[in-house]
Amino acid sequence: MSPREPLRIGFIPLCDAAVTIVAADRGFAAAEGIEIELIREVSWSNVRDKLNIGLFDAAHLLAPVAIASSLGLGHIKVPLIAPLALGVNGNAITVSPALHAEIAAAADGDIGDPRVSARALARVVEVRKCRGGEPLTFGMTFPFSSHNYSLRFWMAAGGLNPDEDVQLVVLPPPYMVDSLANGQVDAFCVGGPWNSVAVDLRLGVILHLGSDILSNAVEKLLAVRERWARDNAEVLQRLTRAHRQAAAFVEEPANRSEVAALLAAPNRIGVDVEIIERVLAGRIKVSADGRIRASDRYLLMGRNGSARPDPLQAAWLYAQMVRWGQAPMSAELLAAARAVFRPDLFDAALAGESSEATDAPADGVGAVAGPAFDPNDIGGYLAGWNDKRSLGN
Amino acid sequence: MDPSLKIVIVDESPVRAAILADGLREAGFTQVIRIEETANLLARIYSIDPDVVLIDLENPSRDVLEQMFQVSRAVKRPIAMFVDQSDTASIQASVDAGVSAYIVDGLKKERIKHILDLCISRFNAFARLQAELESTKTALEERKVIDRAKGILMKARNLSEEEAYALMRRSAMNENRKIAEIAQSILTASELLK
Repeated sequence: MSPREPLRIGFIPLCDAAVTIVAADRGFAAAEGIEIELIREVSWSNVRDKLNIGLFDAAHLLAPVAIASSLGLGHIKVPLIAPLALGVNGNAITVSPALHAEIAAAADGDIGDPRVSARALARVVEVRKCRGGEPLTFGMTFPFSSHNYSLRFWMAAGGLNPDEDVQLVVLPPPYMVDSLANGQVDAFCVGGPWNSVAVDLRLGVILHLGSDILSNAVEKLLAVRERWARDNAEVLQRLTRAHRQAAAFVEEPANRSEVAALLAAPNRIGVDVEIIERVLAGRIKVSADGRIRASDRYLLMGRNGSARPDPLQAAWLYAQMVRWGQAPMSAELLAAARAVFRPDLFDAALAGESSEATDAPADGVGAVAGPAFDPNDIGGYLAGWNDKRSLGN
Repeated sequence: MDPSLKIVIVDESPVRAAILADGLREAGFTQVIRIEETANLLARIYSIDPDVVLIDLENPSRDVLEQMFQVSRAVKRPIAMFVDQSDTASIQASVDAGVSAYIVDGLKKERIKHILDLCISRFNAFARLQAELESTKTALEERKVIDRAKGILMKARNLSEEEAYALMRRSAMNENRKIAEIAQSILTASELLK
């Protein structure tokens, strides 16, 4: 492929598509001699399928989907790789005001602590069960998603079995708010800007930022087919550099208004610019009364070494797939999962940049509960959880 | 072919869904059900308990269907996408056409193949229909622009209708542009000169 042919890149309208959008719309791709054609998609399945069959050259993709595709889980097997991470963290759990009140009433401490809120949730679930009520329903974006794993991690930390005690349903991100409004779900876990949209409409309260539960969890990747990466090594280097430059631009606070304006465009995210700016600044309005939470771990899009893909994160995600019965445990699958994350390609494209994560937690993940993560002993790590469900089921 | 197969269509376009349903009925499938409302989609699908689910790719609820792969207590029987590893050509054709198919695990591929082929051809036919409609609409728009430009020329240069049209046609030929483009320039210019 000649660098002159535009690269077709699929994305889902979410704030963590910022780096790709800015790379395309603010001249960083052009500076690398490549042209990007962005295609907004309506579903992760579409992004995955169009990337897999070659309608897209690259995609803004859920990290677990890239792994699932490479492992052939749930779908045909197409090995994907990522030379760069588009985002770390960035999700939040939003609950209906009614559920928020129930959790607060059942809590034995500060529900700002996810362990406390999870235990309280378990009590709420128990009471509902005794009264013969319908189980609580939680929306998340995809079976292979950090949203699914975050919710499950949190619930399990409170002693719940997410497959038995509640209902987890997939919803497209733009449908989350409506579903909360019409009572189809009681809560959801999604990325920006949708949590803030729910808060602004007084339909939901943000109970936790994703980073309250896991302080360092990779979210989206710049994904390409492994085969394509081999055939287009030079173009991929340019694309990676364009993204790295764009990420630096996105992370510079002085550029926030400009980035928010680019993202707010109707053919990009198409949401109010002020909401996007809050997400970029990590200043999240958590309830309709205007209470703000500021967090420097809310969403990382390149700063502190977060753009460099870390195979430890792949191991973590694979461990979640095993924990929740989506994948069997095997050394081969683990190796294949780790091979999706390609720091070597990042380093080759960005010779000289020292990009090791600078403020990562000790075990790389920084979970609020449970044993420390050990990528070399996933079986031992999972056994430490003592989940009520049987593994590999 | 198995007329007893229960087929669900999830499509937000009523026209396309109708075209597809007609095609399937003509092919002998008697149990074709369309789901319009995507709220509680999974529950609706489970209550119908279909053998095949067809969904258009513009529908964001496609991700909801992916959950059917996940084994959980809510699932009566797992559903797998028709195309398997050896079928990248089918998946390509169906994605190109804008349709995706999910089938109940265990159904033989050969039994489904012509359902998918039929969907692909119907979806393509629908896309052609839309393109034709679009071009008819464009032609109508162009006709209006040309008529207005003609009127402006007739008034400004004191020409007959034929002369005005001939003038635009000559300019178009000289500049190697479409008459509609010349007409649009005349409208723009006359706006500016007002």
